[in-house]
Amino acid sequence: MEKFVPVKRSDDGQPVRYLIVDDSVFARKNLARMVETFGGTVVGEAGDGISAISEYDRLTPDIVLMDITMPQMEGIEAAEKIVRNHPSARIVMVSSVGYQENIVAALQRGARHFVQKPVKPEVLYEVIKYVMRDETTTAKSAGAGV
Amino acid sequence: MRMDLIQPFINSADAVLAQGLGSSIFIENLTMEKEAYRRHGIAAEVCLAGEIEGRIIFDVELGTALQLASRLAAVEISETDEGLAREAVCELANQVIGNAVTALNDEGFHFHVLPPSLLTSEQGSKSTEDTEALVMCFRTYSGNVFMNVALHYHRRETTERAAGAR
Repeated sequence: MEKFVPVKRSDDGQPVRYLIVDDSVFARKNLARMVETFGGTVVGEAGDGISAISEYDRLTPDIVLMDITMPQMEGIEAAEKIVRNHPSARIVMVSSVGYQENIVAALQRGARHFVQKPVKPEVLYEVIKYVMRDETTTAKSAGAGV
Repeated sequence: MRMDLIQPFINSADAVLAQGLGSSIFIENLTMEKEAYRRHGIAAEVCLAGEIEGRIIFDVELGTALQLASRLAAVEISETDEGLAREAVCELANQVIGNAVTALNDEGFHFHVLPPSLLTSEQGSKSTEDTEALVMCFRTYSGNVFMNVALHYHRRETTERAAGAR
């Protein structure tokens, strides 16, 4: 796999902490392997939107990689609920269903970015770097309902 | 069955399999099937609801599934990890169908995709006139991948949508 310059948290230089949310164990393992090559640490995993909310509350990760189509509660609704309670949450939607309406709905409800499956490591890496940029800049663009 | 509904699934399977496996994919066979679906190996089903309704089954023999899973995960997956091979087939189905659904939605068809589920029965229900199945066989270097598409197109709703757009 390609070598990436590790992405670190700007405030303390520590590895970025990830919560990976996907109903597929296989997809979670692949994403975990990918973010580890970016120098990140997977602090938690969840298989549906409801677990994602409780895991976020418990772990407060730096980034959530969130699938959309999941049982019990879908990713967009979970993202909205997480952002309502944690306005600074950085959520990146990672889904194979990437039509315009879905992307717009996810961004309007607080997701910071969208990556379509199958995930190319170099694309996810650039998105992670973008989302981890200066907090005020990112918060402004998310608030504008991009 | 309308070819404009099917083509995105063929394009998507071609693209997703080629990217995941890092090699060329060949469409080996393409047939219409009115008989009941018969499972080949590990099969994942994804259902669609909305203007287009129906189901798509992704079906792979166990040996092929293990090879596909190993290629996609970039680690050796053995027969003892059959659960992971099943998960890989489900995820592959999710990606192929998700990408096709994306293309169809961007063309103006509105419907919802449900999470994939594993099929355990040997045989499915028989196709009807409205939902006769198109069976495609994709030949990969890891083995054959079968995709069985049975979709029902809601003509009335779509006619109304077209009229509304005028």
